[in-house]
Amino acid sequence: MTTPNAIHVQGLEKSYGDVNVLRGVDFEVVRGSIFALLGSNGAGKTTVIRILSTLLKADAGTATVHGFDVATRGADVRESISLTGQFAAVDEILSGRENLVLIAKLRHLRNPGAIADGLLARFSLTDAGARRVSTYSGGMRRRLDIAMSLIGNPPVVFLDEPTTGLDPQARIEVWDAVKELAGQGTTVLLTTQYLDEAEQLADRIAILHEGRIIVNGTLAELKKLLPPAKVEYVEKQPRLEDVFFAIVGGKDREDQA
Amino acid sequence: MTKHFFGDTTVLLGRSLRHITRSLDTIITTTIMPIAFLLLFVYVFGGAIKTGSSSSYVQYLLPGILLITVATGISYTAFRLFLDMKNGIFERFQSMPIARSAVLWAHVLTSLVANLISLVVVVLVALLMGFRSGASVLGWLAVLGILVLFTLALTWIAVIPGLTAKSADGASAFSYPLVFLPFLSSAFVPTGTMPGPVRWFAENQPVTSIVNAIRGLLTEQPVGSDIWIALAWCAGILVVAYFFATLTYRRKIS
Ligand SMILES: Nc1ncnc2c1ncn2[C@@H]1O[C@H](COP(=O)(O)OP(=O)(O)OP(=O)(O)O)[C@@H](O)[C@H]1O
Ligand SMILES: [Mg+2]
Repeated sequence: MTTPNAIHVQGLEKSYGDVNVLRGVDFEVVRGSIFALLGSNGAGKTTVIRILSTLLKADAGTATVHGFDVATRGADVRESISLTGQFAAVDEILSGRENLVLIAKLRHLRNPGAIADGLLARFSLTDAGARRVSTYSGGMRRRLDIAMSLIGNPPVVFLDEPTTGLDPQARIEVWDAVKELAGQGTTVLLTTQYLDEAEQLADRIAILHEGRIIVNGTLAELKKLLPPAKVEYVEKQPRLEDVFFAIVGGKDREDQA
Repeated sequence: MTKHFFGDTTVLLGRSLRHITRSLDTIITTTIMPIAFLLLFVYVFGGAIKTGSSSSYVQYLLPGILLITVATGISYTAFRLFLDMKNGIFERFQSMPIARSAVLWAHVLTSLVANLISLVVVVLVALLMGFRSGASVLGWLAVLGILVLFTLALTWIAVIPGLTAKSADGASAFSYPLVFLPFLSSAFVPTGTMPGPVRWFAENQPVTSIVNAIRGLLTEQPVGSDIWIALAWCAGILVVAYFFATLTYRRKIS
């Protein structure tokens, strides 16, 4: 608890058989900030997250989360974190509300029902709350998944590709939720394959490539690494995203029905 | 860590019991094969089978059918555990501050409940087919005790493929040999007519003593040493299976 950093990773190594996935990963995440780990498919993002959330043991190196070593203080680490894995981990047979109540009970909180209702409202799932999750769309599932992770307000939140597979509107909702979390002082480590997502959200961005962090800095620092901007005349075409929002009008999400 | 063990197990048990009540078809598919065996053997083969007793064949057959019911039922235990592992909810639980063994115990207790429901269904069918027992409450309790122990023993075996299987079929295939073990025992016919080596196997494998003990209790015959051999088998399998299941589990989560 004495370190100013919520996450501290040094010399982390992990291989699966002959495949050296992580070959000495170092980074720090400042308390209350949003840190984006960027990398292509198979770069090892999920592996880093799994080690930090005590699901996997590293071969070498150290990692502390909220001041606790993941290798020796697993129970304390789990007390301090929440994980939203790359693929939605929800109970298909239960309803959305029952999923939330389940997690609230497992976190030993009072008023699980009230917590569930609050989160359903916050993630636009109130109308679908009583339905079985097996009837949810992918985006609804993902929002429920993230809502489940926020129960109990853990100080450190891991989000593994939180917006993959979401439509632009749902993506923005997730982004807003993440910003709100950081606003309340929660530390967020998220992974993404999208540069614009990192750009939108992160205080710091690190790029994981071939088992190491090859770049780590703020957005402004990263932009300096690019060649200086040239002035060119271009006709500004509306982006597909602008067209989408102009037509859909931002509201009226069909999956709330 | 363990201070929440009972609370967490209860919450997770509530969750998987909901799974059972929302997919009652698993109870039906569990009981369909034992009931089919019951009908087939009583009404088709039963007339030709000599059990050395004057009472109807269903009296003789039921104990073995009950064991087959449990053997079919536990394949769903493995299947449910496999699904939890596969769809990520298992990892969510493991990344949370809960008693880690609670996840496993909830599945084990759910298996017990689901199997007891199936057993009740099969006994009801047997009653409709003319099964009668004059056993005392104590006798029935003893039968229940043996079946609970047997179910727990087989459930802990089922945990291992549930945790390690690569596919849903793999998770439930392990139960096939367990389903057919009663055929090589005193469950369907007395072992006396079997040829040498088969007879030796049949008389020394766990199913025979368990079947004989349950049969003795239900027909109010003296059960003698069979009941102790049966209990020893169940307890022995339970301990060994529990040991390997928890070992597999610890490997999986660390
Ligand atoms: N259990 C495993 N056994 C063997 N290899 C594995 C295992 N888990 C991951 N890998 C390999 O490790 C590498 C990194 O995987 P990881 O899931 O961490 O990547 P990622 O950056 O999250 O990729 P993605 O963007 O596709 O999610 C991949 O090459 C993958 O095939
Ligand atoms: Mg990944």
